[in-house]
Amino acid sequence: MNRRRWLTGAVATAATALLSACGQAGTSLAEQARRMGEGLTRRTQRLLIPRDALAPTYSRAEISPDFRANGSTDPAASDYLALKANDFADYRLVIDGLVERPLSLSLAELRTRPSQSQITKHDCVEGWTSIGEWTGVRLETLLNEAGLKPEARYIVIHCFDALTQTEDGDRYYESIDLIDARHPQTLLAWAMNGETLPVPHGAPLRLRVERQLGYKHAKYIRRIEAVESFAHIAGGKGGYWEDRGYEWYAGI
Amino acid sequence: MTDSVATPPTRPSGPRADRPLSRGRTDTWRHPAWVRLAHWLNVVAVVVLIMSGLNILLAHPHLYWGVRSTFADPWVSIPPIPNWLLIPQGRNLAEARNWHFLFAWIFVLNGLAYLLLGLVTRRFGRRLWPTRADLKGIGPSVVEHARFHFPTDDHARSYNVIQKLTYLAMILIVLPMMLVTGLSMSPGFNAVGGVLLDIMGGRQSARTLHFISAGLIVGFILIHVGLVIWTGLFNNMRSMVTGWFVIEPPGSTAGPRLRRRRPTDAGDAS
Repeated sequence: MNRRRWLTGAVATAATALLSACGQAGTSLAEQARRMGEGLTRRTQRLLIPRDALAPTYSRAEISPDFRANGSTDPAASDYLALKANDFADYRLVIDGLVERPLSLSLAELRTRPSQSQITKHDCVEGWTSIGEWTGVRLETLLNEAGLKPEARYIVIHCFDALTQTEDGDRYYESIDLIDARHPQTLLAWAMNGETLPVPHGAPLRLRVERQLGYKHAKYIRRIEAVESFAHIAGGKGGYWEDRGYEWYAGI
Repeated sequence: MTDSVATPPTRPSGPRADRPLSRGRTDTWRHPAWVRLAHWLNVVAVVVLIMSGLNILLAHPHLYWGVRSTFADPWVSIPPIPNWLLIPQGRNLAEARNWHFLFAWIFVLNGLAYLLLGLVTRRFGRRLWPTRADLKGIGPSVVEHARFHFPTDDHARSYNVIQKLTYLAMILIVLPMMLVTGLSMSPGFNAVGGVLLDIMGGRQSARTLHFISAGLIVGFILIHVGLVIWTGLFNNMRSMVTGWFVIEPPGSTAGPRLRRRRPTDAGDAS
């Protein structure tokens, strides 16, 4: 039964090699795996899903009574607290970077822009789903107003919150490409379920980017910046969670 | 030409002729290379998918039915899962998702190639699709399984009817179900696959069905591996590695030792 012994040995060797590869070289392998799998998924979805294909919408009756607030739910940064104390009357949304006309808009000014409402699902990367109604201005409206320069490729959303709840902690940020930025359902929302956006859900302004997972929907928006590349921002991966190993393309 | 008619015909079960072995045993060609390759690629992909899937599940170990999560009232909550069952070892949602989607691609591409070749070569029809006679013999086949008593002689050249139906259910229903329910959890895909999402009853139903299908696969693996061991681990493994499968002399069975028939009483084999 030499053959059997040889086979047993071969299987054992292969198993050992696999296990040690998982255990030791895990980080670099996972890095490479992420780039392969994520790239394939992003390209395929971008290829097969029309640019303006809409995320499904729901009825009022389907709105979650228990919409979960994840990540930061009450930012501790002093600049945020100062604005919150005054009910965000002094808040200004800055839109700059690779734009022809940088904007600085108060909430009242934002509300004079055409607004839209949509009842959509919020899919957390953890696996849960909540449904809510969002009202706000389309990001594309503001980008057109500011005038994107031709070299602009990504929109970076800078936020007030640091998950560490410390003054010098890494502030949350996210980035999306122009396909998502110009999508007809991509909003800067100031209202949730017909009421002023509550603090746990990102007051005064949060992003809705309905064909992506929850962590892309940045809350507590401070500034919007058009860039050619996000490699120079924070960890260089295009977002707070992206810098911590999550996919930049969160369509799945 | 006429000479060859005179020699007793060996029953070919594939493109390659049988090879006689000692003590009345016969080596028969069972699995072409593409089946073996697809099988082992699928083994690796499914194992990584299940283990990384468990890690992903632990990020929110509660399942719901419907379009949204009802946090206070989940359908079922998953108990803690030991680390050795997870990829990577220890809870890590980001890395688990990397592995899961990479091997999902391998699983899907390999599965599509397998289905395509199975149809084009008509192998599914020959080896997996039950004949009318098969279906009539389903009763005895159930008894055979219940007694853990399986032929290893000429009857083992083709799959039994329960085996055929199980393989077909896995290939045509359960494994594709993993892809369909998995894709329905993708907010990107939802923008074009809204109908599919509705059929499943919403994203949380899709997630729960994804878990149930995975459970069916785990059940299949346990029974499949158990029967592979029971009916001859070495012979079965050899056939899925080299393609060649040994047929025992008439009357041979795998099963409880006491019931094992010897070649000498082949004459009264039922």
